[in-house]
Amino acid sequence: MSENIKVLEEITSSEYKYGFVTNIESDAAPMGLNEDTIRFISAKKNEPEWLLEWRLKAYRHWLTLEQPTWQNLKIPEINFQNIIYYSAPKKKPQYNSLDEIDPELRDTFNKLGISLTEQKRLSGVAVDAVIDSVSVTTTYKEKLGELGIVFCALSEAVHTHPDLVKKYLGAVVPMTDNFYTCLNSAVFSDGSFVYIPKGVRCPMELSTYFRINAENTGQFERTLIIADEEAYVSYLEGCTAPMRDENQLHAAVVELIALDKSEIKYSTVQNWYPGDKEGKGGIYNFVTKRGICSGVKSKISWTQVETGSAITWKYPSVILKGDDSIGEFYSVAVTNNYQQADTGTKMIHIGKNTKSRIVSKGISAGRSHNSYRGLVEIMKRADNARNFSQCDSLLLGDRCGAHTFPYVEVRNNTGKVEHEATTSKIGEDIIFYCNQRGIATEEAVALIVNGYCKEVLNQLPMEFAVEAQKLLAISLEGSVG
Amino acid sequence: MLKINNLHAKVESKDILKGINLEVNPGEVHAIMGPNGSGKSTLASVLAGRADYEVTEGSVEFMGKELLEMSPEDRAREGIFLAFQYPVEIPGVSTTNFLKTALNEVRKYRGQDPIDAVSFLNLVKEKSKLVEIDPSLLKRSLNEGFSGGEKKRNEVFQMAMLEPKLALLDETDSGLDIDALRIVANGVNKLKNKDNAVIVVTHYQRLLDYIVPDFVHVLYNGKIVKSGTKELALELEEKGYDWIKNPVSA
Repeated sequence: MSENIKVLEEITSSEYKYGFVTNIESDAAPMGLNEDTIRFISAKKNEPEWLLEWRLKAYRHWLTLEQPTWQNLKIPEINFQNIIYYSAPKKKPQYNSLDEIDPELRDTFNKLGISLTEQKRLSGVAVDAVIDSVSVTTTYKEKLGELGIVFCALSEAVHTHPDLVKKYLGAVVPMTDNFYTCLNSAVFSDGSFVYIPKGVRCPMELSTYFRINAENTGQFERTLIIADEEAYVSYLEGCTAPMRDENQLHAAVVELIALDKSEIKYSTVQNWYPGDKEGKGGIYNFVTKRGICSGVKSKISWTQVETGSAITWKYPSVILKGDDSIGEFYSVAVTNNYQQADTGTKMIHIGKNTKSRIVSKGISAGRSHNSYRGLVEIMKRADNARNFSQCDSLLLGDRCGAHTFPYVEVRNNTGKVEHEATTSKIGEDIIFYCNQRGIATEEAVALIVNGYCKEVLNQLPMEFAVEAQKLLAISLEGSVG
Repeated sequence: MLKINNLHAKVESKDILKGINLEVNPGEVHAIMGPNGSGKSTLASVLAGRADYEVTEGSVEFMGKELLEMSPEDRAREGIFLAFQYPVEIPGVSTTNFLKTALNEVRKYRGQDPIDAVSFLNLVKEKSKLVEIDPSLLKRSLNEGFSGGEKKRNEVFQMAMLEPKLALLDETDSGLDIDALRIVANGVNKLKNKDNAVIVVTHYQRLLDYIVPDFVHVLYNGKIVKSGTKELALELEEKGYDWIKNPVSA
């Protein structure tokens, strides 16, 4: 807890900590979106013809779509012609060691507190750092290479592992899935590609840090992770962004494929700029994440701690196709001030004896609105499918809102679905009790909220859990009393 | 240690305390008795700094400082402890974790370093034995699913851990059977020494069989109408509160 307190003290006197802009010359596409933009992006990346065609197909379909309106969010109108769809640091670096990295870039990492040197030396985390839209450095590649693990930028994998990319890109999240995936398919800039070969247990957490960096640059990452038979991988995604007034659109796609008896654990700590206290600015985070347990006894586990963004629209889901496969979703979503979140999951049971578990903790403060939206679907063939859902909402103050939209569709009468939900409020009596033991209000909130989210935070790798605890405290600063 | 001078307080525009005067010295045990609605619990809450109560007149000096100007957490850090009549439940926060945070806040206020993990665990072991609380309870979420007796015992355990200068026991006997009452009272007695003081707020005399007071005060209609020694409590038990409500016989 002393960590939390320290952080609170630091933060009470400062604005959004990660609000700085790195001054690296951008090599950006002209503003707006048309077929030329897509050809520009594809040419920049020296892509094969099939991928350009794939992008164009997505773009043409996107033109026929409209922004979804079913979510419990108020989204200001977005002018898609007013966005720069590609921006890359000009000097595409080829490094042998971190010392060769652009000093300003390294400085950015240092400000973020993710000194690569430290990470390499101390934590054994391999980092594929994404500044804006292009990967600039990849560590531990050699060591991973010895095990046959591929961990690189997707744009690189297109050239080095074209068969895998061709086979799986869009296999879990079809390009036509929804408005934002379609847009992403047309203009995606880069992201990570991971392949864990048969029988290999990835010995370290794979980690990507995303930043949105150039003014007016939408960020359209695309991540593809494939765990071959009996493979295991734990992947971490953490986000921070510079402060700015204009809203920024972020529409990422993440696809996970788990083959027989393999396991993928995907953890996110999302801390993008949420806008200021009056609700001005902030990131629009419209993300589609989906995994498929295509093999028997495979497992996919999503863990997310969502504290940032002005608007979050995100439902990391699992398609349980293989028999005896398992899907999990652990989520903490915090909204404060004028933030809005509509987040949850979909568990689609197709195979026999499939199991899913959903633990969602929503925390609302200020004038924010926080919605859980989840679908549990048990298909005809899914004998003995099981689901357990726990959706808890915590309210701080009386001007915020918590909403729950659970959908259950069962088409097989051997299925068993359980849903539990609670709503609680941090009331004055609890705060006074803490005060009376010498704990000031801010620390009390941090203590209670971290306790409340413990079940989810416990799912995170150690170093991430610490960061997540700090974020929770920071996000709720000033929300009580 | 504590000097209450002409204290008036109200809640939601209703006057509850109408001029309390009380002085407590180190090493003393004071009992405050009185019928329902006389202001006993209000007095404890006002001293601890609960926000619902508004002090309209008077002053309170604690260890030479003006108590009413301090925030509730600073009062706690100065050494005031309130054993709650209705302790709250905090899901997800274990008693151990809660107390470690509290203890370190108090230590920080006093300019001390945070307690290290080993010393803290030893302290927990020692104090849990002292107040006869099952250590497995302490790993569970604070008071969640605890019985009435366990909650009260947990209050006394917290008191043992935080070692306050002045403990306010607010109807600690309510809802306790006779065995639990004895254990809780024994805990309080073991924590007593010449440097600290206890104010016991109670409706019934029976708690005072176990925690023997040096002084007994009878609160009625927002004022202390009678003070005496422990014999006063026995007399009250015998004659009932009507005895003091009737000014002629008082």
